[in-house]
Amino acid sequence: MKTKLPVVKIVPKIRDATIKISEKTIVKTEQANEFLVGVADFFLFLARTIRETFSRNFEFKEFLRQCHQIGFKSLPLISITGAIMGLVLTIQTRPILDGFGAVSLLPSMVAISLVREIGPVITALICAGKVGSGIGAELGSMKVTEQIDAMEVSSTNPMRFLVVTRVLAATLMIPILVLYADAMGIMGSWLGVNIKGEVSFVLFISQAFSVFELIDFLPAVVKTFFFGAVIGLVGSYKGYTAGRGTESVGVAANSAVVLASLLVIIVDMIAVQITDMLI
Amino acid sequence: MEQINNISNVQMDDSKTVVEIKNLRKSFGKQEVLKDVTLQLYKGENLVVLGKSGSGKSVLIKCIVRLLDPDYGSIKVLGDDVSFIKRNELSKLRMKIGFLFQSGALYDSMTVKENLEFPLRRIKKKMTQKLMDEKIAEVLENVGLLDALHKMPSQLSGGMRKRISLARTIIVDPQIMLYDEPTTGLDPVTSDEISLLINQVQKKYKTSSIIITHDIECARATADRLVMLHEGEVYKDGNIGDYENSDDPFIKSFFKG
Repeated sequence: MKTKLPVVKIVPKIRDATIKISEKTIVKTEQANEFLVGVADFFLFLARTIRETFSRNFEFKEFLRQCHQIGFKSLPLISITGAIMGLVLTIQTRPILDGFGAVSLLPSMVAISLVREIGPVITALICAGKVGSGIGAELGSMKVTEQIDAMEVSSTNPMRFLVVTRVLAATLMIPILVLYADAMGIMGSWLGVNIKGEVSFVLFISQAFSVFELIDFLPAVVKTFFFGAVIGLVGSYKGYTAGRGTESVGVAANSAVVLASLLVIIVDMIAVQITDMLI
Repeated sequence: MEQINNISNVQMDDSKTVVEIKNLRKSFGKQEVLKDVTLQLYKGENLVVLGKSGSGKSVLIKCIVRLLDPDYGSIKVLGDDVSFIKRNELSKLRMKIGFLFQSGALYDSMTVKENLEFPLRRIKKKMTQKLMDEKIAEVLENVGLLDALHKMPSQLSGGMRKRISLARTIIVDPQIMLYDEPTTGLDPVTSDEISLLINQVQKKYKTSSIIITHDIECARATADRLVMLHEGEVYKDGNIGDYENSDDPFIKSFFKG
């Protein structure tokens, strides 16, 4: 009666369990490895971009073309969203301030909200969608159709021609677009105020900027340069490292928007923390 | 394997070798694409590299211009080992090589004129705009598309794109031409026209060419010598007659069916 049967039953179970765990572990390890390789690859791409930015033979003409593409061609979208942002913010805030009898603070409150946070973040997120996906799709399709290879064999550095110009143009144009969106937002706010009252534009502007200080303005502008760099860099990285099939163009555009939007929020969080420490 | 490295009646003097590939190996992950390729391109010849899809033909010519890095072996182009030269030297070497991509690879955001100006502005930096315009007109005339100057690539047919791409390649007067599947996706008439253009380019610009193809008609029309790749190795090296008279079942299946 020495119990052999339970041993026979238990051993295969343990073996099975061991095999299942190790397969899962292998998959997870591979995923973690892939992620870490991706992160390292992104930082290598960033390093190459910085190196090429400071090398000779800057592609100035292509840089100007990209400024036009990223900046000028985004103006209609930014105008509409900026104005609506200000208008909606005013309409939503007015009843709350009315409850405290502080409607006179409405212009300055909306202006500070717009300039410090809402304007930069919303504009950057819109640009992550429009500019980031545009760069990702354009470079991705150039990769798929061998245009990047063609550039390389014709003795042109594609990093310098395609990536550096786009990253710099986005870094320069996004802050300008943010300032423009802020201005449009304040205009929209003035329209919002005039729906239920009559305030002159001059009075509105003077009230809006009466409480403004440099610390309200400066960090908000500085962080938009980082937003621009992130959008240009992520779009370029996703497009430049796209796979070979046509499907990868869509994947590059989509992942560029997702990653750029996420990084914009993270950069904003870091910027707010730094600003908070400085005040 | 019928004959390896048996360079038949087109054998030339080694001093006239412009591209020399020795024991080239290239893998992607666990997939070994090129196992051990040794071949030479001689000055002034059209060398056709034949092989089934996936036999490593395109990988071979991408290694020559170092769009891909070989895993093992050496590639000498005009005397320089491309694996060991510095980036600026590689850039200078690439100026002497024309590469016609399978897709044409015209820059979508540029007109035909801008596409042709692009390599000129970078390689022939001292060229005046007037000379540039003359050169553009000359190459466009050579490929028979002078009226396409201000068109966008999206307005061109497949054959026209290949011709413009060929014009963009020859505009910088390369010494070596690499054609990656020049007739793939084209109708037989346009394929014949492209084959004819390849011969004209060789005669007019005195180029040495490697033509990657699986189109037998293109190979017949252009080849001075043919190399067949099979399973990552050179399967046969000879002229068109050697292939057509071969009893090897694999070669027969390629040429007669």
